[in-house]
Amino acid sequence: MSESILPSLWYVVIGVCVVFYVALDGFDLGVGMLHFFTKKDEERRIFLNAIGPVWDGNEVWLVVFGGALFAGFPDVYATLFSGFYDFCMVLLAALIFRAAAIEFRSKRESRRWRFTWDALFSLASLLIAFGLGLAIGNLMEGIPIDKNEDFACTTSICFRPFPVLIGFFTVSLLMMHGSIYLAMKTEGRLHDRLRKWSIRCMCVFISFYVLTTVVTWFHAPQMVERFLETPLYLLVPFAALLAILNVPRMFTRNRDGWAFLFSCFCIFLLLCVYGIGTFPNLVRSTIDPDQNSLTFANSSSSALTLKVLLIIVAIGIPVVLAYGTLIYRIFRGKVKISSSSY
Amino acid sequence: MDVVTLSRIQFALTSGFHYIYPPLSIGLGLMLVIFEGIYLKTKQPLFKQITKFWVNIFALTFALGVATGLVQLFGFGTNWAQYSRFVGDVFGSALGAEGVFAFFLEAGFLGIMLFGWDRVSAKMHYLSTICVCLGAHFSAIWIVVANSWMQTPAGFKIVGEGAKMKAVVTDFWAMVFNPSSVERLTHVILGCWLSGIFLVLSITAYYFLKKRHMEFARPTMKISLWAAAIVLVLQLFSGDDTAQGVAINQPSKLAAMEGVYQTQKMTPMTVIGWVDTANQTVKGLKIPGLLSFFVYRDFEKPVAGFDQIPLDERPPIAVVFQTYHLMILMWGFMVLVTVAGLYLWKKKKLEKAKWTLWALVISVLFPQIANQTGWMTAEIGRQPWVVWKLLRTTHGVSPSISSHQVMMSILMFIIIYSLLFFLFIFLLDRKIKHGPKTDEMVYSDKGGG
Repeated sequence: MSESILPSLWYVVIGVCVVFYVALDGFDLGVGMLHFFTKKDEERRIFLNAIGPVWDGNEVWLVVFGGALFAGFPDVYATLFSGFYDFCMVLLAALIFRAAAIEFRSKRESRRWRFTWDALFSLASLLIAFGLGLAIGNLMEGIPIDKNEDFACTTSICFRPFPVLIGFFTVSLLMMHGSIYLAMKTEGRLHDRLRKWSIRCMCVFISFYVLTTVVTWFHAPQMVERFLETPLYLLVPFAALLAILNVPRMFTRNRDGWAFLFSCFCIFLLLCVYGIGTFPNLVRSTIDPDQNSLTFANSSSSALTLKVLLIIVAIGIPVVLAYGTLIYRIFRGKVKISSSSY
Repeated sequence: MDVVTLSRIQFALTSGFHYIYPPLSIGLGLMLVIFEGIYLKTKQPLFKQITKFWVNIFALTFALGVATGLVQLFGFGTNWAQYSRFVGDVFGSALGAEGVFAFFLEAGFLGIMLFGWDRVSAKMHYLSTICVCLGAHFSAIWIVVANSWMQTPAGFKIVGEGAKMKAVVTDFWAMVFNPSSVERLTHVILGCWLSGIFLVLSITAYYFLKKRHMEFARPTMKISLWAAAIVLVLQLFSGDDTAQGVAINQPSKLAAMEGVYQTQKMTPMTVIGWVDTANQTVKGLKIPGLLSFFVYRDFEKPVAGFDQIPLDERPPIAVVFQTYHLMILMWGFMVLVTVAGLYLWKKKKLEKAKWTLWALVISVLFPQIANQTGWMTAEIGRQPWVVWKLLRTTHGVSPSISSHQVMMSILMFIIIYSLLFFLFIFLLDRKIKHGPKTDEMVYSDKGGG
């Protein structure tokens, strides 16, 4: 095996981490955003406990993504995190508050206590979902990196219209994903209501999907290039749409689990669209795209480190997936509130 | 203040706060494995109750450990971009291993440990507890390996120049088992065990004082007193081993720790004292030859002092000297309360020994202070290097950030972390006052998790 393939392999590993993070913690974030739309305390506890045993593990994918980026593409890690300094700090604050809210909310009976944490939980989830989209949008559009691989992000760069649109797009996607997950985990009238919510979220998502596609086509031609070179790739965004259109069908057949899987599949395909569109850049420079962009070939770690990393992943990830599946199986089925619940 | 100083303050603040929690998780994890193991062997419901109580406390410390740990992961990239570029190739594989082998194990099985009591068999539950405990330990392994590489780099070569300079791994295992990895890891793990054991001791002593939950408190007290005694002895050897390693690998750090300005025969050890930086002397109680003996097992052989170290390679001696001595003092305090506790327990007088019990209650602070000051010694003692003799701390900072930005984020962390700490203490206090659940069927979650 030639060594030049190693960075691309690691790029795929990072991609897998992102897919798992968005598909898994994505529904946690969606549940968080929907949390505030239900008023009854009992229903809110059902929402919380639907993600209770798994959200910690889901968030680990974000940690692993950060670690994988640091390990395999240290330049990208350093450039992005120092460049988006303020942005990272706000995101960190949101992540801390969300973790605290889940842990602390049900610890006291007081209404004001619970209201405060509920509000923080929802707001933090919204902020993280929007922030993830904003980050992806900024990477799609490109950022002004200079020759030394550095750039300082200002609000006017961070909040350009296109990244903001991707931010809203992501919020709609994860809200839909969360509502489908909740429909799978609940029963009775709450379950019926959540199915209706899912369909509504889906309509919003599809509108955003169409809008984003049109805007990308005209505003970010660099994202479209590769699709025009190989038109076969156009099947991917199309399949993403088909996957999500399957959700109502699965609902009518009472296959809530399948509905959720299709939603996960849609997320996977959308991230593939991103991967194809930005390839081979990890971070596109708007100053001089050809010279200053960080590609997976020019910003990766040494061949030995990548080999070690791939061995670690080859041993570790199958084990993680095996016991991850086991844990999801143990907690499968509808949520029941018990004495050890949140 | 400049970006470097501010970023150092921020890193000290966030990692110091973070370091309250993972040691508690590691130490409590060990205690959980012991308690649930006894339950599985003896089938006494009492030990299930004990385990359940500590699982709840564990969940609290774990949540805070994760929340503050994320800040650490991002923190290298945000404030120390040049450092990240320099060490990425080396540091990365350790961090990657940490994520894959440690965090998933810990976070994944925590779900079963917390919520799975009625869903899985007793054996499966115990297996989950063991996995959580192992995960907590693994996370310590990789991060300490990475930090040890910064103290004693090995198995690498330097490529590039100036701002583009970076360390590249040439030998993975030499990097992992660099000269200080094993001794420092042992020292850190033992410190973590102590923080967990003394949290258990402290809460149990409180129940003794209040004469509450005595059925629960008695066995817990006995087990944790013995655990403390064993670990404290081990820590004595590990501490000695670590200090000898520092003397060989980082003489400037050792000179700062022990306050050695002049290299001389029969180097004395300053047991307690203060550093007069203006006159370059250390005043206090000195025992001649003892430092030479500790380092070289030879009373005569001189230990290298500050006079052998270039001016621009000296760490701030006054701080390092005091943090190091404070750490040792805390070990002394822990030994005192443990010996007193065990003696009174044997004499069956502990339940009435008010003063010793109060000392045990506050003893939860001793390992915490020792952990914090120990890390301060290690990290400040390494200055002015961030990677020993390879990269200066001033060259590691992010070029693209401004001091105003860092000032704002420090402010943000101070506010958030104060709030978190207050909530942690508040909820811990409620859990302690509420005590272990006596009725398994309690439906309302009043106070319980």
